[in-house]
Amino acid sequence: MTAIISGTRPEPPGAWTATLAFGYRAILKVRHVPEQLFDVIAIPVVFTLMFTYLFGGALAGSPGRYLPFLLPGTLVMAVLLVSMYAGIGLNTDVARGITGRFRSLPIWRLAPVAGAVLGDLARYLIAAGLVTALGVIMGYRPPGGAVGTLAGIGLLVAFALCLSWAWTALGLVLRTGQAVMSTGTVVLFPLTLASNVFVQPRTMPGWLQAVVRVNPVSHLVTAERGLLAGHPAPGQIGWVLLAAAVLLAVFAPLTGYLYTRRA
Amino acid sequence: MYGKTYPAVEAEGLRKRFGGATALRGLDLTVPAATIYGLLGPNGAGKTTTVRILATLLRPDGGHAAVLGHDVVREAAAVRRRIALAGQAATVDEDLTGRENLLFVGRLSGLSRSGARARAAELLQAFDLADAGGKPVKAYSGGMRRRLDLAASFIVPAELYFLDEPTTGLDPAARAQVWQIVRAVAQSGSTVLLTTQYLDEADRLADRVAVIGHGTLLAEGTPAALKAEAGKGTLDEVFLALTQDTERGAA
Repeated sequence: MTAIISGTRPEPPGAWTATLAFGYRAILKVRHVPEQLFDVIAIPVVFTLMFTYLFGGALAGSPGRYLPFLLPGTLVMAVLLVSMYAGIGLNTDVARGITGRFRSLPIWRLAPVAGAVLGDLARYLIAAGLVTALGVIMGYRPPGGAVGTLAGIGLLVAFALCLSWAWTALGLVLRTGQAVMSTGTVVLFPLTLASNVFVQPRTMPGWLQAVVRVNPVSHLVTAERGLLAGHPAPGQIGWVLLAAAVLLAVFAPLTGYLYTRRA
Repeated sequence: MYGKTYPAVEAEGLRKRFGGATALRGLDLTVPAATIYGLLGPNGAGKTTTVRILATLLRPDGGHAAVLGHDVVREAAAVRRRIALAGQAATVDEDLTGRENLLFVGRLSGLSRSGARARAAELLQAFDLADAGGKPVKAYSGGMRRRLDLAASFIVPAELYFLDEPTTGLDPAARAQVWQIVRAVAQSGSTVLLTTQYLDEADRLADRVAVIGHGTLLAEGTPAALKAEAGKGTLDEVFLALTQDTERGAA
């Protein structure tokens, strides 16, 4: 019984230490519940295989010629889908009541949220790494080389880190993790399909071309294609960075506000 | 051991509404330092709301409360440095192992990496969880989970422990274990504020109890004094008499 109370209470941790502890917790969750992550990554993996071998010949003459077009798109798809987990995780924490413990601790108020976003970074890198590796196994050699590939993954991850704040805000508004997931899917799937991920919009009806052109996913995919192909398109990259900044500026404060109110 | 010039809790006229429902309607509460204090009440009486306000998780709509001399709204950070919370209002992470949970809470409480490791091992031992430390909490029984939750709140010493229904759903052996822990904590000079639905628990464990119903204080005192005052033999009878009166009053 003597071991229950011991020592003196240490100074509370700094904001960075607390954020790292939450980030580490997110990584532990990937280790203990990997299916949560891999269920989501399975979708772009299946799409990559299916579109390349099933439709690649019809769309681009041969699967080998289609893959360099498709892979940057499914890479974007994978990381965007994984980004939903920021919102699902935060929602689960609130629903299970563990945020009560967090809030009774002498830590930076937003450390749980900032740490969750940091943990997302690991998840994005795993998702991007897996899809890229799949492409390489299927014979894809990014003309942009290692530098172009890393720059492409870097831009994508930066965008996803900003987008994940929209999911955290949604996770604090909706009642269950299931609702966050279905809302996320309902938003992401049409955005991914009605974009230039799978085909160029040339052959689409005019109204759909207009949709594809304004779809942010199309801009992201075009920027990724440029980087991976070794012909970076500064306009598209600038557009993606601007969109990311806007998402961050709107949803990070909103998440902070909702978190301090609800959790 | 700690400054005992302030009562552990001093609350006056606490009010809280959730939408249309009133949880607290002017609750007064004083918890003397270095005691085990029982907060009793039927479901929905406002016990958890009170704990959540005192532990800085919720802001009261009206009234004010000081914990160890610090206002729970204006000086929330100072309060958090002195308290620990376990039970309904705070839980552990089901996806992580018991040890990982303790390491995590240890780091968040300001322990170094090695300090947290040592403390986690010590607590797993003390709470009879040494063998289960590497298993995910999902695989724990209700009693094991509750013990881990308590262990997490003892990771660093606190001046005031809030234990929100720490024994609800436990079997008699596990309850006795928790009681033993609570007594050991009180002997160390800290204050324990525990909520419970079990009146025998309050009777055996608490130095003083407060009975609340419909968000107000119905009676307060030592278990013996409350029984003598009401002319009843058990705390159960006192409790029933008090809470039935308010039911009638509210109707």
